[in-house]
Amino acid sequence: MGFLDINNVTKSYGAVEVLHKVDIQVQEGEFLVLVGPSGCGKSTLLNMIAGLEGISSGEIAIKDRVVNNIAPAKRNIAMVFQSYALYPNMTVGKNITFGLEMQGTPKAERDRAMADVAQLLQIENLLDRKPGQLSGGQRQRVAMGRALVRDPDVFLFDEPLSNLDAKLRVDMRTEIKKLHQKLGTTIVYVTHDQIEAMTLSTRIAVMYDGYVQQLGTPKEIYDNPANLFVATFMGSPAMNVLSSKLVEMNGAIHAQITGAEGQDQHLRIENAPDAYRAYLNKEVMLGIRPEAITDPEGADRNARNIQMLTNTVSVTEPAGADTFVSTTLSGKDCIARMRADADVHPNQPFEFAVNMDKAVLFDPKTEDRIA
Amino acid sequence: MAIASNDSAMRSSNVTRMFIYLVLLLFALFYLLPFGIMLVNSLKPLSEITEGNMIALPREWTIEPWLSAWSTAQIGVEPTGLRPYFINSIAMAVPAVAISTVLGALNGYVLTKWHFRGATWIFGLLLFSCFIPFQIVLIPMARILGILDIAGTTYGLILVHVVYGIGFSTLYFRNYYAAFPTELVRAAQIDGAGFFQIFWRIMLPSSGPIIAVCCIWQFTNIWNDFLFGASFASGGAAPMTVALNNLVNSSTGVREYNVHFAGAIMAAGPTLLVYIVAGRYFVRGLMAGSVKG
Repeated sequence: MGFLDINNVTKSYGAVEVLHKVDIQVQEGEFLVLVGPSGCGKSTLLNMIAGLEGISSGEIAIKDRVVNNIAPAKRNIAMVFQSYALYPNMTVGKNITFGLEMQGTPKAERDRAMADVAQLLQIENLLDRKPGQLSGGQRQRVAMGRALVRDPDVFLFDEPLSNLDAKLRVDMRTEIKKLHQKLGTTIVYVTHDQIEAMTLSTRIAVMYDGYVQQLGTPKEIYDNPANLFVATFMGSPAMNVLSSKLVEMNGAIHAQITGAEGQDQHLRIENAPDAYRAYLNKEVMLGIRPEAITDPEGADRNARNIQMLTNTVSVTEPAGADTFVSTTLSGKDCIARMRADADVHPNQPFEFAVNMDKAVLFDPKTEDRIA
Repeated sequence: MAIASNDSAMRSSNVTRMFIYLVLLLFALFYLLPFGIMLVNSLKPLSEITEGNMIALPREWTIEPWLSAWSTAQIGVEPTGLRPYFINSIAMAVPAVAISTVLGALNGYVLTKWHFRGATWIFGLLLFSCFIPFQIVLIPMARILGILDIAGTTYGLILVHVVYGIGFSTLYFRNYYAAFPTELVRAAQIDGAGFFQIFWRIMLPSSGPIIAVCCIWQFTNIWNDFLFGASFASGGAAPMTVALNNLVNSSTGVREYNVHFAGAIMAAGPTLLVYIVAGRYFVRGLMAGSVKG
């Protein structure tokens, strides 16, 4: 049993099931991120943990106590909302201690707890202000303070950074991560931003269409996606997915794709799992991340299987730190991520180095990983 | 010249502006004229009015008509002045406004934040009550007041006005709370606040503007009501409007127009006062900053 157990939980509205048998065990001190596009059910799941939405079947337990029928306030959780939801009529200090007041904590103790939290979040000078007088980042801190002061078992974050501007978002992201490392609290965090998911989490649950598509560490999710959805959703720019054919040449399995001029190109696959054999001479989806396609000098030195591929460059997009290079493979735009000073020009042939260690294959029908 | 704020339109020329102000001034005078005449005549001795010149300023200023209207004028058969009826009206309007506003707020809170089956229907029916003409409810209401044994009392009138006011106050608060962020209610739930704690501590303190609107509307309606007052509260329990009517229509003795004018101003006073006191809360955005704006 974990610290927070979500056992076979479903959610239905009438006859429509929006969450299907979700099963996640969260250990103490873990930072679990629920990530997925809008409408995938991630916020519904969070609200069910919080007790703001009922559970249609299955059970949720916090510290081995089933909380299905326990009121939100009695679950010993705290939640940070997307809009921060600060009480507009109360000062920052009142906002932070409102929960303690509702629980009947004596005034002296409340003040002490407030002072501790204010110091931790560096908002001591804001305590007498009203939320309306705060900037976005300050409101965010107060909202976190309101959660922290209760010393809950589980923190729930509902897209807390989506209302901030880009720069502040990155700063607050780091701050949340620091806070987690410092306090070692258990966190469930909902976001649609895959970068937030990758950077913050110790584990990620990628959700789509009411199903948990994959649950794993950020590295597992990124390197070994369970299906095509996870592969394309995580990572920016998205993974290149090329339709290709598996062929056997010279005793090794090759992925055959077509180049910009329609010529066949072959990429050798080393240490192919046995499962690949079943797909010989059949259509598969070949997934290669942009950073696995580079100029030869920029290729990963530790890679064991780098395949060279000459193809015409269609567009180059210098982005400062990297240059994104587009080329057409198997009839689709394919993005390569190169060093900023790679010597590459549009409409000219270029020798791409493809790191086939990182290539993954998917079944075109089921969209599941072939492994 | 002062720095023009960015959100005002381009300043027009001085001549145009003078013209606009002149027209506005004329209209303001036009609208103030009836009140001015009432005021002027309420400060004259009766003899100056009966001479036939109502527009002229008093030659002899006097507050005698006001004193008479307040405490000694003949209302119906008793020479009590309007004072007891003014007190009646206050005793009727203040609780009726307070109760219907609180109930309306509670209704709005439940209808928007605690959805239940049939909520839309119930709101529809409540809305319906806004549009039922007064006359239709007279007889059923008389029956109910009789059953409750509060016919002819101020309590009866309070009940009538609360029942009649709930429709409008619910409409105001429901629409206001529909735009109120539900996340605040959820946050309070997680903080452990109960149904009424959320209402008193979170919702009501953020409802300043709509409370002002609702109070002004209810107070004006209830204070100015004549039909219910005349139908359900006779004699000593009559409200100000009914008493004013009795004052003006007293058939004995001379018609003291100056006293009538003074009484009419007294009857209109409280509603004016409510507008002046509460009107400024109309524009105050108390919700600023609750959510990211």
